Amino acid sequence: MSAASGPAERGGYDLAVIGAGPAGLAAAVAAADLGLRCALLDAGPRTGGQYYRHPAPGLGATRPDRLHHGWSVYTGLADRLAAHRRTGRVDLLGGHQVWALERPADTGWAVHATLGPAADERATVRAAAVLLATGAYERQLPFPGWTLPGVVTAGGAQAMLKAGLVLPGRRIVVAGSGPLLLAAASSLVTAGAEVPEVVEATGYLGYARRPDVLAAVPAKLVEGAGHGAALLRHGVRLRRRSAVVEAHGTDRVTAVTVARLDADWRPVPGTERRIACDALAVGHGLLPQIELATELGAATRTTPDGAVALAVDARLRTTLPGLWAAGETCGVGGADLAIAEGELAAHAVAGAPAPTALLRRRARLRAFAELMAAAHRPGPGWTGWLRPDTDVCRCEEVPVARITEAVEELGAGDARTVKLLTRAGMGWCQGRMCGPAVACLSGAGESRADSRPLSCPVPLSQLAAGPPAS
Amino acid sequence: MENARMNPPMRRRTPAALVGAEPGPAHTIDFDGRPVPALPGQSIAAALWADGVLAWRTTRVGGRPRGAFCGIGACFDCLAVVDGRPNQRTCLVPAEPGTVVTTQEGNGRADLAV
Repeated sequence: MSAASGPAERGGYDLAVIGAGPAGLAAAVAAADLGLRCALLDAGPRTGGQYYRHPAPGLGATRPDRLHHGWSVYTGLADRLAAHRRTGRVDLLGGHQVWALERPADTGWAVHATLGPAADERATVRAAAVLLATGAYERQLPFPGWTLPGVVTAGGAQAMLKAGLVLPGRRIVVAGSGPLLLAAASSLVTAGAEVPEVVEATGYLGYARRPDVLAAVPAKLVEGAGHGAALLRHGVRLRRRSAVVEAHGTDRVTAVTVARLDADWRPVPGTERRIACDALAVGHGLLPQIELATELGAATRTTPDGAVALAVDARLRTTLPGLWAAGETCGVGGADLAIAEGELAAHAVAGAPAPTALLRRRARLRAFAELMAAAHRPGPGWTGWLRPDTDVCRCEEVPVARITEAVEELGAGDARTVKLLTRAGMGWCQGRMCGPAVACLSGAGESRADSRPLSCPVPLSQLAAGPPAS
Repeated sequence: MENARMNPPMRRRTPAALVGAEPGPAHTIDFDGRPVPALPGQSIAAALWADGVLAWRTTRVGGRPRGAFCGIGACFDCLAVVDGRPNQRTCLVPAEPGTVVTTQEGNGRADLAV
């Protein structure tokens, strides 16, 4: 459909679920089980989200489970979804990148999306309720050399491996903080990469503070032990309380420098070691992707790792009437928690009582998520590995020195003022990569909720097309 | 032969071997005038990685090389000119037979200069 003939419109749904990862999939099938008519939207062509990201059909993977933990959980959800699609209870709308939610009247929501990677068509989906299951993206902390080709995010390395069956190099250092590092390293070595070290900034001691919480989630411990065993089998060394403080190379990464960190993540002088590699996969935890809700004024909370998540009640309601959230948008906690929350939210939207076992499961997993977040919270000393010429904002190429100047000489006291003075965060990614670092360097402390009127780039032609024909 | 039977060839660990991939026939995309193979379903970024290419963009200010960073469409570092359209996120765009990918320089709109 061309812009001239107006955007496509679908309606009459009880529930629009945004995101077809673990939370969204579980929510859509549970809601359909309870009799609701659902639209399930996702920016990608396939369901599964980032966690259950899997090879395109054309790649003919006969054993996709080997790249996944709990693959049968996904196939179970996918089978239930297929059954509901056959009866017309659920419409799966792949390739729909949602850029705004709108509540034009008390009658329900309008969900605006662009179609396809080129975003050259537009669609609007109308539903009485919306469930936000948009997941998370990775938190990055800059270091000298982090813009070199071959330096990729840990999640990105895993995503490209799972979907495209490719690796960024043969010898890949994995670094940063959080449980994703172990999962990524384990995937990379089993797929044939050499991983000389996993470099984790924390000491894992944070987990030991709450043995009761750990004991309540045995599956999490088994999962962690599984990754640990894979790393041992392939001779991967796990280096704790350390960080990659520099990546070396001219046109691509050829080595990294690893240093010990003190308890505040400050590099300890004299502990630097150089490791040759042709790729670095790096990440410092995950950040909830919540701008569709915060733009409308939904309340947020700060999680123990300093990230901003949506505030929800026990039934997964946000503070906006008719808007629910589940999974990472409520605070990063992994696929099992996301599935439990998706099911709980579906019950709430359908007006059904919450199953007690599900409530208990969610409480256990949520407690673990909070413990995990606290254990991997970035220490304030990480700025000790920056240099004045280190780019902080990758898109606008804004170095540390310009941000320091904005703060110390021009009087900026928060990330927003730094952004206006330096353009850090004003480029293509709209601060998704540099936001936490800019907030930290501006001295404002905790990150604020992101506010982006449009959650992704939208061609002006789409906006100019006007409201959908009703 | 005898030797081969006694010592079956070591299968190299690869992503494709791990998942038992039996892909459809490879096709070809054009990257800066040279052919690059792509398997059906791979994104442009994946096809370039598989060919050992990590950079296909230069930055606007410093002219520095960049390629895929986040791999999920969030960072916009993997932009390239695809079939004449600048600023396409190659980690999201499928590599189709005959897709023409050009290294994107600066803002990707040099052709608009007068």
